[in-house]
Amino acid sequence: MLHTGKKRVRKAALIGLAGALVVSVSACAESDRGDSGSGESGGTLVFGAAGKPKNFDPIFNDDGETFRIQRQMYDTLITYKPGTAELEPGLATEWEPSNEGKTWTFTLREDVKFHDGTDFNAEAVCANFDRWHNLPSAAAQSQAIYYGDVFGGFAENKGDATGEPLYKSCEADGENTAVVNLGKAKGAFPDAFGLTSFSISSPTAMEKHNADEVTQTGGAFSYSDYANKFPTGTGPFKFESYKPQNNTVTLVRNDDYWGEKAKLDKVVFKIIEDENARKQELEAGSIQAYDFPSPAHYQSLEDNGQKILSRPNFNILYLGINQEGNPKLKDVRVRQAIQYAINKKQLAQNQLPRGATGRDQFLPDTLDGFTKDVEKFPYSQEDAKRLLKEAGAENLTLKFYVPTEVSRPYLPNPQAVGGAIADDLEKVGIKVETVLRPWNGGFKDDVQKLGKQDIHLLGWTGDYGDAGNFIGTFFGREKAEFGFNNPEIFDALSRADATVDDAEQKKDYEEAAQKIAEFIPAVPLTSSPAALAVSPKVHGIVPSPLTDERFSTVTVEES
Amino acid sequence: MTPKLLQRRRERIDELADAGDAGVSLAKDALRRMRANPVAITGAIIVALFVVLAILAPFLAPKDPRTQYAELKNQLTPESIPGPMPGFLLGSDQYGYDLFSRLLVGAQQTLIVGVLATLIGVAVGCTLGGLAGAFGGWVDTALMRFTDILLSFPSILLAISVAALFAETNQWTVIIAVSMVAIPVFARLLRGAMLAQRHSDHVLAATALGVRRRTVVFRHILPNALTPVIVQATLTLATSIIDAAALSFLGLGDPDPSRAEWGLMLAESQQFIEVKPELAFLPAAAIIIVALGFTLLGESLREALDPKKRR
Amino acid sequence: MLRFIVRRLLQAIPTLIVLSILIFAWLRALPGGPATAMLGDRWTPEREAQLNAALGLDQPIWVQYWKFLGRAITGDFGNSTVTGLPVIEEIGRGFTATVELSFFAMVVAIGLGIPLGYLAARYRGRLLDNLTVVSTLIGVAVPVFFLGFLAKWVFSSQLGILPPSGRQDVEINSTSVTGFVTLDGLLTREFDATIDGLVHLLMPALVLATIPMAVIVRITRASVLDVLDEDFVRTAESKGLGTATIRRRHVLRNALLPVSTTIGLQTGLLLAGAVLTEKVFVWGGLGSLLAEAIELKDYPRLQALILLAAVVYVVVNLLVDISYAIIDPRVRVGR
Repeated sequence: MLHTGKKRVRKAALIGLAGALVVSVSACAESDRGDSGSGESGGTLVFGAAGKPKNFDPIFNDDGETFRIQRQMYDTLITYKPGTAELEPGLATEWEPSNEGKTWTFTLREDVKFHDGTDFNAEAVCANFDRWHNLPSAAAQSQAIYYGDVFGGFAENKGDATGEPLYKSCEADGENTAVVNLGKAKGAFPDAFGLTSFSISSPTAMEKHNADEVTQTGGAFSYSDYANKFPTGTGPFKFESYKPQNNTVTLVRNDDYWGEKAKLDKVVFKIIEDENARKQELEAGSIQAYDFPSPAHYQSLEDNGQKILSRPNFNILYLGINQEGNPKLKDVRVRQAIQYAINKKQLAQNQLPRGATGRDQFLPDTLDGFTKDVEKFPYSQEDAKRLLKEAGAENLTLKFYVPTEVSRPYLPNPQAVGGAIADDLEKVGIKVETVLRPWNGGFKDDVQKLGKQDIHLLGWTGDYGDAGNFIGTFFGREKAEFGFNNPEIFDALSRADATVDDAEQKKDYEEAAQKIAEFIPAVPLTSSPAALAVSPKVHGIVPSPLTDERFSTVTVEES
Repeated sequence: MTPKLLQRRRERIDELADAGDAGVSLAKDALRRMRANPVAITGAIIVALFVVLAILAPFLAPKDPRTQYAELKNQLTPESIPGPMPGFLLGSDQYGYDLFSRLLVGAQQTLIVGVLATLIGVAVGCTLGGLAGAFGGWVDTALMRFTDILLSFPSILLAISVAALFAETNQWTVIIAVSMVAIPVFARLLRGAMLAQRHSDHVLAATALGVRRRTVVFRHILPNALTPVIVQATLTLATSIIDAAALSFLGLGDPDPSRAEWGLMLAESQQFIEVKPELAFLPAAAIIIVALGFTLLGESLREALDPKKRR
Repeated sequence: MLRFIVRRLLQAIPTLIVLSILIFAWLRALPGGPATAMLGDRWTPEREAQLNAALGLDQPIWVQYWKFLGRAITGDFGNSTVTGLPVIEEIGRGFTATVELSFFAMVVAIGLGIPLGYLAARYRGRLLDNLTVVSTLIGVAVPVFFLGFLAKWVFSSQLGILPPSGRQDVEINSTSVTGFVTLDGLLTREFDATIDGLVHLLMPALVLATIPMAVIVRITRASVLDVLDEDFVRTAESKGLGTATIRRRHVLRNALLPVSTTIGLQTGLLLAGAVLTEKVFVWGGLGSLLAEAIELKDYPRLQALILLAAVVYVVVNLLVDISYAIIDPRVRVGR
C-alpha cells in the first residue's frame, strides 16, 4: 500500500537558495533512474519535531527524533516498505543467508553515490561494518546502543561492556557484493539490517571528519564534526544546517539520488518540545506537519481542517506482574484473575487514543509469530472473583507501580490508565495501593532493577519486524521486573531466535507466544497507534508502524 | 553596604514589623478603619466564603471526588469529555471524576496547601526570627545572614529549586517548596517586630520591674508581634496558592490526579481547553478570585497598620 | 569604587564553590539520572551501568567534582546530555534569548507602569485610580502560565494574528551576530528579521511584564503620593512655581528614586520569572533550558545554570548598588 501522493509539478514556491542549489547540483546529475525529473521544484516542508536531535551520525543514536532526520539523509542495506514493517531492497537489491545463517551476502545497487560524490560500493559497506565493530572508546561504544544490542559486542569491549561480538568480518567480493560473516545465527536478521542506526555512511567523509571521535567530558558526550556538521549518506536529502539558535534542522534535496528523487526542495525540522505549541503552529500555518499530537487534540485539529494520520499499531502496553513481589502471584490462577478483571476494551476506548485496541498477546498481528490460537481471558468479573477464591486470594493487596512524568505513544497518560486499571481490580476485590514514581526518578530502578512492585505499567515500541524484539526482550531471561524463572519459556524463545528458516522461526515464535499466554508473566493490555498531524496541503506522508516516514514522496501545495 | 535589592525587600518587611510596636489598641484602631474600606470588605468576604466553602466542601459535594464514575468513564474518550448530565452538574473531567465535586473539594485541598505552606513558613520563620530577636549577638547575625540569602532569591526560582531537589514530588514537597519562600520573610518580620518593641515603654517597664527575660518575651513582646505576622500570612496565602499552581505546571507538583487541587487541575487540563474549556477555566477563575481575596484583605490590613498612613 | 567592586566579587567566590559542591553532590544523590533519560524504553540495569561508566558517573563523587572544577575554571562546563552541545554555548544562547525577552518585558512594564502609577496618584480616589489599583491586584493574582496560555489561545488559535511560540519564523534567514534577534536584524539591515522578532516578542513580553508592571504601578503611585505630601513640594507651591514645573522638577524626580530600586529588583525577578513564560511560549531561553534540564536530569547543564544564577545574582546586586550610588549622591556621601 504505497501512497505516492499526488504528483504535481510545482514552480518554485518559496524564496531562498533552494532554486539556486537545484540548478547548480543538477548540472552534475549522472543517474536518473527516478520517474520524476531533477529540475522539479516542490517547495518546503516544515515539520514540527518533538525533541532535539543528539547528533547526525546514525550509529550513535537510538531515539526517534534523531532517526526521523537521519532517515531522510541516509539509506540502509535493507529498508522497510512504506507503511509496513516488511522488508524491501534498500542499498542492497538482494540479500541471502548461507552457512546456517552465519553469512549474509548482499548484492548492492550500482551507480549510487554518497553526498560527497564518492562511490557507494562493497568496500564502503565493509568499511561501515568494520567501523562499528572497531569503535575505539567506551564513550563511542556506549552510544552505539543498537549495535551493541544486535551485534552483542565490539572488537575490544571497553568499560563495562562484556558482550560476545557476533560480527566476524566483511569481505568485498568485487564492486557490488558484500559478504558479512557472523559468529552465530540470529533471528533478528535480516530485519535488523534495516535499523536506521545501521545506515551506510561515506567512508571518505567519516575519515575526513574523524567520525569515531566521541569523547566524554563532565558527564556528557561530545561528538565529531562528522556527526555534528558533515553527515554524509546516500539518501534523498542532504544535510544543510542545524541552527540551535532557532531550533531548526534544514535538509535540501539530493539531485543525484539513486531512486525516485524527492519532490520537495527542502525539509525543515523545527523543534518545538511543547505539544500545545506544535498544534498552534500547525494551525497558524508556520509548520505543515508534526509528530505525536495529543489525543485530546485530534478532534479540534480535524475541525480546523487538519488531518490526523494514525500509524499502524506496533507497540504494546502491558501490566507487569512481579511474582517475587507477592507470593500469591506465583499462583497462575491469581494471574488469570487479574487478566479477567481488566476491561481492556473499555480501557482502549476511554483512556487511549483513537484506534487503540485491547490485546490478548504481546505481538502485533502483522508479525510472524502472532497466532490467534492463544489462551484468552475475556473481561469477566465473575471468572476473576471465582479464580481468586479458588486460589485463596480474596484479600489480595497489590502494590501497583505507575510511572509519572512520562508520555509514550502506548501510554500517553499513565496516571489516567493506572487509575482505570486500579478501578477494575478493586471491583473484583483486589486491594490496590498505587505508587506513583517519576519515570526518570525511581520508577525504572524500582521496577526493573529492584523489583519493588507487585504489578506495574510498562510498554514497548517495536524497533523492527521481528517477534524476538518484542517477547524476546521481555521474557527471554530471568528479570527483576517479572521475578519468574521458567526455563521452558526461555528455551523456546532462544530456540526461535536462533532459527534461520523463516517458516520454522514463525512456528517457533507461535509456540513461544502460546506458552507465554498460558503462563501470564504479564498481562498484555492495549496497543495504541501513534499519530501524525498534517496540514491538508501536504500529500504523500505514509504513516509507518516504525515511525519510518520518508519525506521524499511528499508534496506541499502552494498556499 | 547591603545589596540594595535585598534592602528593598527587607524594608517592606521591616515597615510591617514596626506596626507590631503599635500595640493592641492601635490594631483595633486599624480594624475600625478597615471596616470603612470597601476593598478590605470585598477581600474579607471572598476569604470568608472560601474558608467556609473549604470546610463544608466534603458535605456539600454531591459525589465522591476520588471515585471514577462508570457513568462518566464509559462516555469518556480523550477526544470528548462528557458534559453535564443528571447527577453530575458539570459533567466529567478527563479522568472520569465528577468535575463539580472536585471543584468544591478543591477549595479544601487548595486551602490546605496554602495554609500548611504558610504555617510552615510562619512556624520555621518565626522560630528563627524569634531566636534572633531574643538572643541577639552572633545568633542574630548568623540567622539573619541565612535569611538574607534566601530572601535575595527570586521567590518562584527558590520554590522551583527546592522542588527540583526532591527525588520525587508529592503534596508535601509542594508545600515545603512553597513554604521555603515564606520562611525568610517571617523570620525577618518577627525579629524586626521584637526589636521594635525592645525599647517601647511597656517592655522597658517590665524589664525595670525585674520580670524575667523569657516572661517579657512571651508575655509582652510576642503578643504584640502577632499582628504583623497575621497580615503577612494573609498575603503569603495568596502567593502560596499561585506558586503551587506554577509548580504543578512545571511538572514539579503532586502527580496524583485523584487529589483535587485547583492548581493541579488547572495545570493538567490545558490540553483539553478545546475539548472542554471549563476544565481549565473554572479552576483558574477559582484561583484568581481566592488569590485576589487574600491579597485585597492583606494589602488593606497592611495599609491600615502602616504608621505613615496613621496620620 | 573599583576596590569595592573587586572586594564584592572576591567575597562571592567561596560562596560559589560551596554552592557548586552542594549542587553537585545533591544531584547525584537523586534517583534516576541522565542515563535513564537517554535510554528511554531501552533501559536495562546493565545498559545503565555501562553508560554511567562511559559517562564517568561511576567514579567517586569527589573525583568527579575535582574534574568538573578543573574544567569549569577554564570555562568548560561539559556538554549537555540532551543535545550533546557544549553547555556554555547553550547557556550563551539561552541567555541572549532570556535577556531579550526580559528587556522588552521591562520596557513594557516601565513604559506603561510609571505613567499609570503617576496618573493614578494624581487622580487619587477617582475612577482611573481605582481601576488601576484593582487591575494591578488582579494582575498579581493570575497565574502567569495561565495568562500566557490564554493569550496564546486568543491571539494565536482563535484570531490567528500572533505566532504562538518561538523567537523566529523558519522562513527568516538572518545572520546571527549578537544572538539578539531584533538587534541582529538592525545590524545586518535584515529588517524583516527585526520585525519578525518583535512580532514574536509581543505576546511573551506582555505576559512576562504583568507582575513587574503591577508592582511598578503600585510603587510609583505610593511614592508620588508620598512626595506630594512632602514639605518641599508644599514650599514650591507656596513659592508660586507652576504646577508643571513642580511636577517635572520635584515630584517625578523624587518619586522615581524608590521606583528605580524596584525596577532593579524586578529585573532580577524577571530573569527568574521568565521560567514560566518561556515554557508557555517555548522560548528557548534560560528558563526553558532549566525546565528541560530538571526533567531530563541533564547534570552538566543544571550545574552550570545554577552556578550562573548565583553569579548573575551577585552581579545584578552589584550593578544595582552602583547605579543607586550614581542616582542618589547621598549614598555615596553616607558611605
